[in-house]
Amino acid sequence: MTQPQTEPAPPGGQAPPPGAAQERRRALDAERLAQLGPLIALVLVCAFFATQSDRFLTGSNFSLVFQQVMVIGTLAIGQTIIILTAGIDLSCGVVMAFGSIVMTKMAVDNNVPPVLAILLGILACVGFGFVNGGFVTALGLPPFIVTLGTYNIAFALTHIYSNDETISTLPTAMTKLGEGFSVGGTQVTYGSLVCLALFIGAWFALSQTAWGRHVYTLGDNSEAARLMGISVRRKLLMVYVIAGAFYGVAALLLVSRTNVGDPNAGVTENLEAITAVVLGGTSLFGGRGTVIGTLIGALIIGVLRNGLVLMGVASIYQVLITGILVILAVSVDQLARRRAR
Amino acid sequence: MSTQERKPILQARGLVKRYGHVTAIDGADFDLYEGEILAVIGDNGAGKSSMIKALSGAVIPDEGEIMLDGEKVHFKSPIEARRAGIETVYQDLAVAPALDIATNLFLGREQRRKGPLGSVLRMLDKNGMKEQAAQHMRDLQIGIRSMSQAVETLSGGQRQGVAVARSAAWARKLVIMDEPTAALGVKESNQVLELIRRVRDNGLPVILISHNMPHVFEIADRIHVHRLGKRVAVVDPKEHSMHEVVGIMTGAVVHDIEHPDQVAGQAEKPAAGSEAPGSRAAGR
Repeated sequence: MTQPQTEPAPPGGQAPPPGAAQERRRALDAERLAQLGPLIALVLVCAFFATQSDRFLTGSNFSLVFQQVMVIGTLAIGQTIIILTAGIDLSCGVVMAFGSIVMTKMAVDNNVPPVLAILLGILACVGFGFVNGGFVTALGLPPFIVTLGTYNIAFALTHIYSNDETISTLPTAMTKLGEGFSVGGTQVTYGSLVCLALFIGAWFALSQTAWGRHVYTLGDNSEAARLMGISVRRKLLMVYVIAGAFYGVAALLLVSRTNVGDPNAGVTENLEAITAVVLGGTSLFGGRGTVIGTLIGALIIGVLRNGLVLMGVASIYQVLITGILVILAVSVDQLARRRAR
Repeated sequence: MSTQERKPILQARGLVKRYGHVTAIDGADFDLYEGEILAVIGDNGAGKSSMIKALSGAVIPDEGEIMLDGEKVHFKSPIEARRAGIETVYQDLAVAPALDIATNLFLGREQRRKGPLGSVLRMLDKNGMKEQAAQHMRDLQIGIRSMSQAVETLSGGQRQGVAVARSAAWARKLVIMDEPTAALGVKESNQVLELIRRVRDNGLPVILISHNMPHVFEIADRIHVHRLGKRVAVVDPKEHSMHEVVGIMTGAVVHDIEHPDQVAGQAEKPAAGSEAPGSRAAGR
């Protein structure tokens, strides 16, 4: 439905005040802008790089972009669900790093079977999700503070547990997702497919199930959720736990792509995951946004990095541009919504 | 009295609730009959909201009994009261502004698709819910056609309309309205009052908690006056003036609940007395 329709109100009925239809149309425009804006930005960025480099618009290059994007993309799914509840997780990247160290060290140093080691690594991330969600729900602490704490804890544990050493010579089962197959000369990795599948699954759960509606309600008006009989605390705790599981899968994707367990990983991914969510049009105030937007946001980051490399621009400029884009995205979102109100 | 012939829907006898030394409910009685709008009024601190919370399961009374449709009930939570068919409309709306009307109407009671899509994938029946939501809105003659509109795109009165439609859709026994017009302007308040009448006319009795005397007198069939933790009077707004009722509420008039006819005679003097300080203040 493109336009809200209002039938002539019956006597004494809910007649819309004059100008209400106009207001509504503007609100819808803002909503559409929030959804289409990221896509337009992605297309513009791609178009720009296509004019700058012959190699940009090739299948192999896009394959590379997607391999780079799959880690922050998967992280950003978990981050999206948390931000939709008006929370934030500053620990996502380093929790992922901790998970990757757990799985690689278990497999290499302790000779744990690879599949079990992978599960233990994912479980470690789920555990961090449980701790984050536990403090947020049981004590009502702000997610920002709790996850700032777990950021440091996960960072320290990663370095303590790994002795600051990179873990290599991984069992092949652990790097399987880094392999792939070729479609018309373009390499498609299993990891990319896993990431895509997770995006589709998250999209379905958020937009087509009651669970998803409740996640949005937690961020939009948690008091309304409580009054309507939704167990707010349990749902919120589960959101952090599920996000932890996504970080665990991201850890596996990271390991399979780099073929090592790197204690120094995760720090850039940490903020890039939040950046992807924000670029994708999800509101930091909760209740608004989509996981598809997050995928586009992650692709914008990936394309920027890739395109600037192809142009021979120093990588620090990618950080600069990403920073500018984030502020731009939040400003456009805020202005559009204020106009709508 | 006509109320004697009508069927009681919700009753309470001798409700007591103490918080330490404070007695919030002090032996309160309550009666709601079918097909009526019963206004509950009382000064701040009179304990009316504690009593309403006891009736809606948010507070568990220490003593006394509550009967729904003649059967004793012991609600341990608002969810239990809701399961029993009692819905509440809150002052602050309790709607999710960014979500659409249909989602809000079915919040916490979503319906899934039939077949494996619903049972295995837990997929929502969005179209079905939209159709039903539209029907509920039509039942109350709320003129919004698109159930996909976000609630935040609606006016304040329309938003409260969504909250009223939601409670009317799910209530099987009665609806409690907690200050439903407090956050609204004059015109929107009137729209909501009209909605409350329609809810009653569609067959659901309504408990209306309000501080707004003109609103109470405009739509209430009977008025329950609460004072010092208990019911001190039930009056017919057609037989008593706003002035008298305020007098009872503030204690300026002593109302004999067993012989309500006497209040008219008694009201003259104390009511006039209670007016005096006000007029003096105005004279200064």
